[in-house]
Amino acid sequence: MTASDFGAALPRPKRDLLPIFAPLIVAAIAAPFIGSASSFVTLTAAGVAMGMMIFTMASGLTLAFGMMDVLNFGHGAFISLGAYVATLVFTPLASWAQADSWPLNLALLALALAAAVVVCGLFGLVFERLVIVPVYGQHLKQILATIGGSIVAEQLLYALFGPDVIALAPPASFRGSFVIGDAAIEKYRVVATLVGLVVFVGLTLALNRTRIGLLIRAGVQDREMVEALGYRIDRLFVGVFMAGAALAGIGGVLWALYRQQVHASMGGELLVLCFIVIIIGGLGSVGGCFIGAILVALIDNYAGFLAPKLALVANILLMVAILLWRPRGLYPVGGR
Amino acid sequence: MTARLALDGVHTHIGRYHILQGVDFDAPAGATTMLLGRNGAGKTTCLRTIMGLWRPSRGRIALGDSAISGLRASAIARAGVAYVPETMAVFADLTVRENLLLAAREGPLDEARLQWIFGFFPTLKRFWLSRAGSLSGGQKQMVSIARAIVEPRRLLLIDEPTKGLAPAIVGGLIDCLKEIKRIGATLVVVEQNFRVAREVGDWVRVMDNGRIVHAGPMAEFAEDAALQARLLGLSLDGRQ
Amino acid sequence: MMILSGPPPRGRTLQTLIVVVTLALALAPLLFPGAKPLNVAAKVCVYALLGASYDLLLGYAGMVSFAHVMFFGVGSYGVGLALYGLGPSWGAAALGLAAALGVSTVLALAIGLLSLRVQAIFFTMVTLAVSYAFGVLASQLDWLTGGEDGRSFQVPEVLQPGFRLFGGPLFGVAFNGRLISYYLVFFVSLALFLALLRVVNSPFGRVLEAIRENPLRAEALGYRIVFHRTLATCLAAAGATAAGALTAVWLRYVGPDTALAGSIQIAILVVVVIGGMGTLYGAVLGAAVFVVAQNYLQALLGALSAGAADAGLPLLTGLFHPDRWLLWLGLLFVLAVYFAPAGLVGALRSKDEATP
Repeated sequence: MTASDFGAALPRPKRDLLPIFAPLIVAAIAAPFIGSASSFVTLTAAGVAMGMMIFTMASGLTLAFGMMDVLNFGHGAFISLGAYVATLVFTPLASWAQADSWPLNLALLALALAAAVVVCGLFGLVFERLVIVPVYGQHLKQILATIGGSIVAEQLLYALFGPDVIALAPPASFRGSFVIGDAAIEKYRVVATLVGLVVFVGLTLALNRTRIGLLIRAGVQDREMVEALGYRIDRLFVGVFMAGAALAGIGGVLWALYRQQVHASMGGELLVLCFIVIIIGGLGSVGGCFIGAILVALIDNYAGFLAPKLALVANILLMVAILLWRPRGLYPVGGR
Repeated sequence: MTARLALDGVHTHIGRYHILQGVDFDAPAGATTMLLGRNGAGKTTCLRTIMGLWRPSRGRIALGDSAISGLRASAIARAGVAYVPETMAVFADLTVRENLLLAAREGPLDEARLQWIFGFFPTLKRFWLSRAGSLSGGQKQMVSIARAIVEPRRLLLIDEPTKGLAPAIVGGLIDCLKEIKRIGATLVVVEQNFRVAREVGDWVRVMDNGRIVHAGPMAEFAEDAALQARLLGLSLDGRQ
Repeated sequence: MMILSGPPPRGRTLQTLIVVVTLALALAPLLFPGAKPLNVAAKVCVYALLGASYDLLLGYAGMVSFAHVMFFGVGSYGVGLALYGLGPSWGAAALGLAAALGVSTVLALAIGLLSLRVQAIFFTMVTLAVSYAFGVLASQLDWLTGGEDGRSFQVPEVLQPGFRLFGGPLFGVAFNGRLISYYLVFFVSLALFLALLRVVNSPFGRVLEAIRENPLRAEALGYRIVFHRTLATCLAAAGATAAGALTAVWLRYVGPDTALAGSIQIAILVVVVIGGMGTLYGAVLGAAVFVVAQNYLQALLGALSAGAADAGLPLLTGLFHPDRWLLWLGLLFVLAVYFAPAGLVGALRSKDEATP
């Protein structure tokens, strides 16, 4: 009998599963208003896909804050950079994109994602050293410095890639929709959902099954004690920050293909949604971020269908409602 | 394995507060030194400074032959120092097992060591896979101490282990500390509970206003009620 | 000095600079003839007021809010839409302003109370989200606000460009509606700035600073944080609303890009940070630097870019392109945050204190 078997037979304490039902509740409430089943299916699929993309963008943000109290208002730059990297990969390999062969298209997408991970991860390292390190521990300066950093980064992107919007079409076999009965589900959305799921599962496994994941989870709760146990929390944080930037890059690639265009301002706009998501989810919680992203995306799609002008307002109201219920978000982490 | 801890003229400033004002302190190797004193004397600051969580503004701290003052806390931990803070600092969302896993830097948890720990902390075995945050205060203290002894360390810094615990649990903790002493470790323990201090400590150092005002064997100190009253503000028979 | 409600700003260089800027603004039509310079001057006045109102919140109360541009927008749209819908009369403008102040107060109360319910970092993010949503909403309610295109409208007769006070130019200056508009903007900004000075130099202002430094202690001393923070938010909001109203009257136009753009909130931050937080006078200097840079830096960059193009350095040509002026201002901003956290005011004061 090994050490890990002790206590296995005992019932585990009750887990906080209530928030998981929130997206289902939202879907259930919206369904009667939407009316037709086919529209509901399409909208829900769109919402799930969008939620996955926003999750990849926001996950890094919430981990960075949870671990080191670092709020990076420049996170949008990583998203935009990822999108531009996608254009750099797609343009020379246009033949792969135009071939109506899903293995080739998938390979192209994988290549773009990998490139975004590398480029954004490295840029994240540079950003952390130059912009974040000098202002550790000072919230106000962090906010100001990262905003300044985001302005400079956005302008640099314009200088490098030009100020115009760049078109980016998804590969051939990802265009069009699957038709199930009356409902049409865009193929690309399914692809994005799958990628998002892979990211979520990968992230969860990494956090829960690896030693580094254990360190990160502990660091989010009490970084001083992790340091006192003999681990260089600052180095760990750099890794987390880089991973967060890489994840944002993935989100940027997926989003650019979704909207079929790339522009440096998209990161900043998506950042607001990311903030709403991590506030709802609870700063530092990956699971909360996932649920928050799905919630926000579902509301965005349902409200976009029912009352288009009120979509963003609906999300603000959702955020306020959740804050009134749980002032620190759905799954607050640590002693903050 | 164990080592002598020596502080030499250590000052610590926190913001503009001058908390440690020249601490000269030594904790003999392999023995238990109790750090006593009134509230606000600087005992916790002293431990945190040794651990590297706060930088000393002046002075030298040595563990055995090597200087550890000015090093990062993680480096000091790797030099063989374990810290049990006043707040216990248990990772609430991690299981008891994960808490201990983190503390075991050398590799997987040592079976024999774990059995030894379960010997005086049987509750940990029961709650092995439970979320540490759902444990009671006394149980969390067990986790915190277990973390410090899950691997051999040269020095253990323990801050008020019995604070806020029920008398029955205090007895268990005294046994635990005696057991840790038995395998031979250098301990520096801050305690407000004089009964515990008397039973566990070999040496005593008393702090007041950021300085050591008394140092000597515990046996002598325990006999001298007048000295206790003067330094610790204790009435006869000490605090329970 | 009675008019300043408190001691004058410390430091000779600082004092001189502020006097110079104020005089330059007061005599702008005389010193810098032409439509563009007058536009720049009007914008400096407005941003000085806007920055000062934000400094009350950020520098004195310690509340990092990103919803300040929302109050500015409310002021702009309030007055602008009133003049658009009810015709170019002072009554309409007054009505619009009153409505705007009402809406701003309600929003300010909500935000002030929010700051107490959630912790600081949440507060900042929530104000950002709310402000952004407000901007999107304003563009989308195009039946009311004119959407992306905004609304152009007429202002009261005295302020219209065609209006002539005297028959012809006096002392070489045409006393037309533009001039009168400018002095309306200048004097109202000045008056409200002095009012803000009154607020920060009063006991209320000092309590705000105490709360900023150590909220627990302030509360233990008996100061009601709720009251102070909420009142500070309302006063700051009122200042921003007035600034917005002035902008609408000056531009004779209101639209998302001039009233609610995220770039305006960033501009407010830049003005206050570069000028110096918690000083109020910093907003004056910061506004001058920012607006002048915004308008004239592009010309400078254009020259540098042309030079780089001639030298055959494509990367530098791109970096120095006039459209990239924000890149350089952003760099300046980041450097200011690191090396001059006390802003221009702080830097000037140290310089003054260093030289006997």
